[in-house]
Amino acid sequence: MPTTTIAGTQVEVNEEGFLSNPDDWNETLGTEFARLIGVEMSEEHWRLVKFLREDYKSQGETPTLRRVSTQLGLPVKQLFTMFPGKPAKKMSYVAGVPKPKGCV
Amino acid sequence: MTTATKKSLVVLGAGTAGTMVANKLRHRLNKTDWTITVVDKTDIHDYQPGYLFIPFGMNTPEQIRKTKHAYIGDGVDLVLAEVDRVDPEARSVALTDGRSLAYDYLVIASGTSPRPDQTPGMLGDEWHRSVGEFYTYDGAVALRDQLSAFTGGRLVVHITELPFKCPVAPLEFTFLADDYLRSRGLRDKTEIVFVTPLDGAFTKPVASKELGHILKERNVTVETDFMIESIDQERKVLVSYDEREVHYDQLVTIPLNMGADFVARSGLGDDLNYVPVDKHTMQSTEHPEIFALGDASNIPTSKAGSVAHFSVEIFVENFMELIAGKPMTHSFDGHANCFVESGGGKALLLDFNYDTEPLTGTFPLPKVGPMTLLKESRANHVGKLAFRHIYWNMLLPGRPLGLPPHMSMSGKIPADA
Repeated sequence: MPTTTIAGTQVEVNEEGFLSNPDDWNETLGTEFARLIGVEMSEEHWRLVKFLREDYKSQGETPTLRRVSTQLGLPVKQLFTMFPGKPAKKMSYVAGVPKPKGCV
Repeated sequence: MTTATKKSLVVLGAGTAGTMVANKLRHRLNKTDWTITVVDKTDIHDYQPGYLFIPFGMNTPEQIRKTKHAYIGDGVDLVLAEVDRVDPEARSVALTDGRSLAYDYLVIASGTSPRPDQTPGMLGDEWHRSVGEFYTYDGAVALRDQLSAFTGGRLVVHITELPFKCPVAPLEFTFLADDYLRSRGLRDKTEIVFVTPLDGAFTKPVASKELGHILKERNVTVETDFMIESIDQERKVLVSYDEREVHYDQLVTIPLNMGADFVARSGLGDDLNYVPVDKHTMQSTEHPEIFALGDASNIPTSKAGSVAHFSVEIFVENFMELIAGKPMTHSFDGHANCFVESGGGKALLLDFNYDTEPLTGTFPLPKVGPMTLLKESRANHVGKLAFRHIYWNMLLPGRPLGLPPHMSMSGKIPADA
């Protein structure tokens, strides 16, 4: 596993740069991950990131865009505005959880 | 023993999983102690893998359609009715015609269905015309007529969202369409585009690489990371959430798939109406007397007949232990075994489970085959075509096929991703 120094802390990341261990996450890392992909964190962004982390913890897997949208009452379109291009991948990257499997 | 003290197993759905489980357990459960009731809304049983071949005239509609009752064994009650809801506290199933069925154990095997109503603009005047699909009998037949009238242009094969039934089918359709258009002298006049919400051709990295190569060889354009927002039938375009547009002359879409609505009404489903279960026993995480088999559950493997088949075998053994008051000792590994038609009379075979990526090697016998894993061969194609007979005559009646439900690593070699 490669390690990288983000915001002064050394953390383990996978080959795509995702945090290897979700428990290593903190808000400073989250802010830095967001900065790296050009996202400025608003209150709404934090609400979403916190939901992703809580849901990952309780369900054992990263929620899909559909689940995020229905659980938080945010239209999918808005998720694309908040995390342009690939919201599912980007929001899980910032939240320090594995990217959603989509499926198999 | 009187009838009143008989135990009752109720199975919701008489598709692949429901039919198999009812027939297998009827052989194992004493008729004086157990009733088995299967509920389904129709008496039609389609061999669903055959839908793929209908648009190309490789299967006739009659070959894939039978009645359900003919495949339900003696001693199993088939009730043709729609389920209104399950009451897990009262252990009863309410039917929409007012009847209700009490159960000691319940198997939910109501599958997953395409839901074109969930994407704005998918249904409409052009549904089953320029907006085609092959996941229903009517859709497959309509697409056959559309393709036979096709004279060239942009043929777009599109996946709405995952998970959906038989995840390799859209690729197979693409390969077969390439073949079909070639044979009709239309391939040069047709651009084939494969549109997917994934970042590659398939969900499993190794297979995605192999299948991606074949798409490239066949000159198919792949549009990845495409999350559809709507279809504009007048302008003939797919519109994504990030405002990309893909034009089509003939669209072949795989609509969003969802589990049965009664699952949602009963409070038993997740966001897509799939029943959350333990992935090794298929037992509901909420109600220990409820199991979900086949496509109806949320287990993280392909929604496919092979998975239904292998998981039913595990379930039957566990169920016999459960009702004897013993712990369930059999564990499903997520084994899926999928033929992938690649056109030209050849097919690939994928074999994978929860933990193992598709392997190369031979199947079912180590080093002998006759089928090859993750590589095109004629034997695989022949195997796929022959499976229709095995399905009707051996699988549904619950006869053993001699294939172990667990994935074997013997004779198989991990491929490099």
